[in-house]
Amino acid sequence: MLKARHTTGLVFFPAFDWAISPTHPEREERLLYTQDQVFEEGILDIEGIQEYKPELITTQDVQRVHFCVPNVADVTTESHFISAGGAKTIAKAVMDKRVERGFALVRPPGHHAMRVVHGARGFCNINIEAIMIEYLRKAYPIGRVAIVDTDCHHGDGTQDIYWHDPDTLFISLHQDGRTLYPGSGFPNEMGGPTATGTTINYPLPPETSAEGFLYAIRNVVLPILEDFKPDIIINSAGQDNHFSDPITNMNFSAQGYAELTRLLKPDIAVLEGGYSIEGALPYVNLGIILAMAGIDYSRVTEPGYDPERLRQTPAVTRSIQRTGEQLLSNWQRRESIMALVQNGQPFSERTRSIYYDTDNITEKQFETLRICSECSGVYKIDSSADGGRRILAVHVPRSACRKCRSLGYEWFDTADKRKHTGVYLQDRCDDTYLQRS
Amino acid sequence: MIIGLDVGGTYTDVVLLGDDGIVRANKVRTDSKALFRTVQSGLDTIIEGIPPDQIRRIVLSTTLTTNAIAQSKVSDVGMIVSAGPGVDPEFYRTNPHYEAISGSIDHRGREIEAVNAAEVEEAVRKFIEKGIRYVGVVGKFSTRNPQHELLINEQIRSHFEKVFLGHQISGTLNFPRRIATTYLNAAVYPIHKQFFEAVQQSLEQKGLKIPIHIMKADGGTMNFASSMDFPAQTILSGPAASVMGSLAFAFDDEDSLVMDIGGTTTDMAVLVNYVPVLNPLGICLGPYKTLIRSIESHSIPVGGDSKISIQDGVIHVGPERIGPAMAYGGPAPTPTDALCIMGQIKNGDRNKAIQGFQDIARGLNCSVSDAAVRVFDQTCRMILTEARVLLNRINQKPVYTIHELQEGYQVAPRKILILGGPAPYFARHFEEISDFRVGVVPRWDVANAIGAALARTTCEVSLFADTQQGIATSPEELFSMAVNRDFSSDDAVQTASDLLRQKAVRQGASPEELIMEVIENQQFNMVKGFYTTGRNIRVKVQIKPGLINEYDAIAGILSTE
Repeated sequence: MLKARHTTGLVFFPAFDWAISPTHPEREERLLYTQDQVFEEGILDIEGIQEYKPELITTQDVQRVHFCVPNVADVTTESHFISAGGAKTIAKAVMDKRVERGFALVRPPGHHAMRVVHGARGFCNINIEAIMIEYLRKAYPIGRVAIVDTDCHHGDGTQDIYWHDPDTLFISLHQDGRTLYPGSGFPNEMGGPTATGTTINYPLPPETSAEGFLYAIRNVVLPILEDFKPDIIINSAGQDNHFSDPITNMNFSAQGYAELTRLLKPDIAVLEGGYSIEGALPYVNLGIILAMAGIDYSRVTEPGYDPERLRQTPAVTRSIQRTGEQLLSNWQRRESIMALVQNGQPFSERTRSIYYDTDNITEKQFETLRICSECSGVYKIDSSADGGRRILAVHVPRSACRKCRSLGYEWFDTADKRKHTGVYLQDRCDDTYLQRS
Repeated sequence: MIIGLDVGGTYTDVVLLGDDGIVRANKVRTDSKALFRTVQSGLDTIIEGIPPDQIRRIVLSTTLTTNAIAQSKVSDVGMIVSAGPGVDPEFYRTNPHYEAISGSIDHRGREIEAVNAAEVEEAVRKFIEKGIRYVGVVGKFSTRNPQHELLINEQIRSHFEKVFLGHQISGTLNFPRRIATTYLNAAVYPIHKQFFEAVQQSLEQKGLKIPIHIMKADGGTMNFASSMDFPAQTILSGPAASVMGSLAFAFDDEDSLVMDIGGTTTDMAVLVNYVPVLNPLGICLGPYKTLIRSIESHSIPVGGDSKISIQDGVIHVGPERIGPAMAYGGPAPTPTDALCIMGQIKNGDRNKAIQGFQDIARGLNCSVSDAAVRVFDQTCRMILTEARVLLNRINQKPVYTIHELQEGYQVAPRKILILGGPAPYFARHFEEISDFRVGVVPRWDVANAIGAALARTTCEVSLFADTQQGIATSPEELFSMAVNRDFSSDDAVQTASDLLRQKAVRQGASPEELIMEVIENQQFNMVKGFYTTGRNIRVKVQIKPGLINEYDAIAGILSTE
C-alpha cells in the first residue's frame, strides 16, 4: 500500500471555464493534462493525501494586502477569489494540523500582483500567496514567513508587497531579468530602508539546469532559511523553468523540481506559472506532489528527458556560484547595508513606473516611508494610472508603533480629495481598511 | 411477474411481484457455505404453483463475490501491468503473480514506449508454470489508447481461459483502481461463472427459460452474459438493492436520506429526485480501491444490537455487536433493550433487559428507565451525526469549474426513509430531536428483494475526442472513429449516446426504457503557440439507476400498501 510519509493536503482547482483569452497561455486547457496525470496516477487515493474543495476568499482578505483601484470588485473575477481561496484552504489545513504540508494547484496565478492593483500584470490580478499569508497572520500566531519563489519569472509582485516587511523573507530564483519578463530581480534589490536584506534575488542565466537550481537551493537558500528561522515556508511553485516551456529559456526537469521540493521542505506550495501544459506540467506537478508527501518520485520522467543533453555549461555554473557568493555576503552584511541605506534620514522617498502588460496600463508611483527605529515604518503611495485615476494609499504595518500609526491616519485624513479619485488606508494593527472617494 | 431474490448475510429474501404488487414474499435462512442451495430453496417456495410462462424476469443479488473476496477464497490471477513514467507500479501490486513490464502511453493516448513482446512472453511462461488460468492486463492511460492492452491480449489469450483488459472496465482515469478492479474481475470470475451457470440450469429445469439479471453495486442490473465480463460489479450489491427497494416507497422527488438500521450496522444513502447519489469513483472493499460504480453509502457500526457500555459517565454505542439484545437472550445490553424497557418493544423479555441495564444506570447515576431513555436518545443522535458526515462528504466533493463551485447542487434532505426491525421506534425519536420528516418503508423486511426485482439496467460510456489527432474513442466500447476539426461536443454526446444505447440493450435493458443522461461534457481548445490546433472533448453519458418503467404501477401500489 502506498502511504504518504508526510500527510499532504491538495487543492486542485483547474478553473476549466476561465481564460484570459481563448489562445492565451493562461487558458482553460492549462491544467487539463495535469489533471489527467494526477487522476490516472491515483494520487488522490494515496493514504495521507487529502484533497480539499477550495473556499472563496473575502473582499477583506484582498483589502488586507492590496489597494485595488477603484475597488476590489472591479479588478478581480470569481476565478481570483477561488484561486486565492484554494491557497487559503490549504494553509488553514496545514495550520490546523489536519495535514503536515499542502499544495494549492490553482489558477490563475498571482506573484506579479503588487500592493497597488490597477489591473492585471503578468497574468496576475491579486497576489494569492500574500493574501494567504496575511490571512494566516491574522488567524494564527504566525510572525516570520519565508517565501521561496521558484517561478522562472521574477516574483516582482510579492517582492513589492513585502519590500518594507522585515518579518517576511522573500527569495526569488528566476531567469536573469535582462533576458525575461518582468526585467527585474537583481541582487541589489534587497528590500526597503527598514527591511534591507529580507528581499533576496537570485537571477540565474538562461539554460540553467537542475545542477544550478539545486546548487542555489543547497548553498544559498537553505543556509539563509536556517538563519532567518521562519515560522512557515511558502514555495511559489512556478513550473516554467522546465526545458520544454514555450516562453522561457531554462533547462530544469520534473526530477529537478521534485528534488528541489524535497530539499526545500515547504509547508505550503502554491502553483504559479508554467505553460508547457502537455510536456512539463503533468510530470512536474506529479513530482512536486510526491516529493511533498515523501513518496518515491524516481520514476517521474517526462517524455524527451535526457539529463546529458540538458547539462549546463561551465560558464553557467560559474555565474551561478558567483551570484550565490554575493547573495550570502549581502545576507551577512545586511544590517550594515541597512544603516547605509537609511543614512540617518527620517523619511525615504522613491518614484517608480509600473507597467501592466496584461491590461496595458502604465502606473506612476511616488512613495514615502517613515524610517522608524521602533517599527518597520508607515508608508504612503501616491499612485496615478492611465485613464486619470490617482489615489493615495496609506499602509500601517502590523508592528506599527503608536507614532507611525497616528501619522498614517493623519495622512489618510488630510489627503487632498480634489487631487485624488480615492484615498485608502490599510491598518494592519487592527485589520481595518478604509476608503473614501 | 418478476422474481427478486436477495441473498443477505443471515436471510435470503424472495419476492414475486405482479401487476397488483407483491404476490408472494418469503424469507429463508442463508447457508453461506451453500449459497446455491439457499437460492434454490428460496426460488422453490416462491414459484410453487405458478405457471412458468407467467414469470418474465428474475433478478438476483448475492453476497457470493463479496464473501469470496472478504475470505480470500478467490482464484489465482496473473497480472501484467505496464506503467511507464510515474509512481512505481510495484506499489499497486494486487497479488503474488504480478508482472510489471515496459511500454508507455501518455495522457493524450500517444505511444511513448512500445511493449516488449519478450517480457510478455516471460510473464506468460511464469503464469503457466504456476497453473494460472485467469489473467488481467492493465496499462496506464489505456483508457486513452487501448492498443498496448489489445496487443498483449492477442499475444497471450490462447494460453489462458480468460483475459480481462483494464480499458474495458471504465473510461475513468485511475490506473491503480483499474489494476485492482481488473484483478478482482479475474479473481471472482470462476466462482461467479460456476454459480450463475448452476442457477440458470436449475431455472431451466423448472421450466423457466427467462433472462437472468444480476444486481450491481450502483443500484442497477446487468444480464447474465455481461456479468461474465464484469463479475466484480456484483460486489456489495445487497446494500444497493435495499436502497432501490426503498425507492419504491420514496415520498416524492425531494432529496431524502435512506437508512437501513440493522442489528450490527446502519447503512445510509441519499436520494436526489428518485435517484441514489453515486460514488464518484467506485467501491472500496478491504484493501481494494476500485472503479466499480456504486451508490454513495455510509456504513456505521451502530445498530439495534450494538453493545452499550459506559465509560466515565459517557454512553458508548457499539462498535461491536456480541449477540442479540438481552431481552432476546443475548449477553450484553443494547439499544433494543432500551426500547423494551421504555415499553415500545413489547415482545421481548423486559426483565432481562432491565437486569442488563443495572450497570448502565449505575454508571450514569440515574434510574434504569432514565438510562434507557438516554441510551436510546444517544443512539439516535449518533446516527443523525453520521448522516451529516455522509451529506458533508457528498457536498464537499471537489469540483473543477467556477460554474460548478458557484452553482453546484448541494444535497440538503429534509426527509428520512428508514428500513429495519426497530425502524418505527427510531422514526418517532428522529422526528423529536431533528427537523427531519421520517417515513418507515412499509415492506422493509423484503425491501432488498423488491429493489432487485424492480431495478433497471444501468451502464455508462465515456467518449474522448482529440480533433488535433483526428480521433474520437471510447476504449471501453472498443470504439474508435476518425473525426475532422469540426467534430463538436454535441457530436460527441450524440456518438456517446448511440454507444450507450447499444451497450444498455446488450446488457439487458429493454430499448424503450432507456433514460440517458449526460454526466460530463467538457470541451477544450488545444492551442499551440497562439493558434487553436484542435479540440479536446470529454463526454460521459449514463443510464442512471432507477426502477423499471413498466413496473411504475407496482411501485405505486407498493407505496400505498
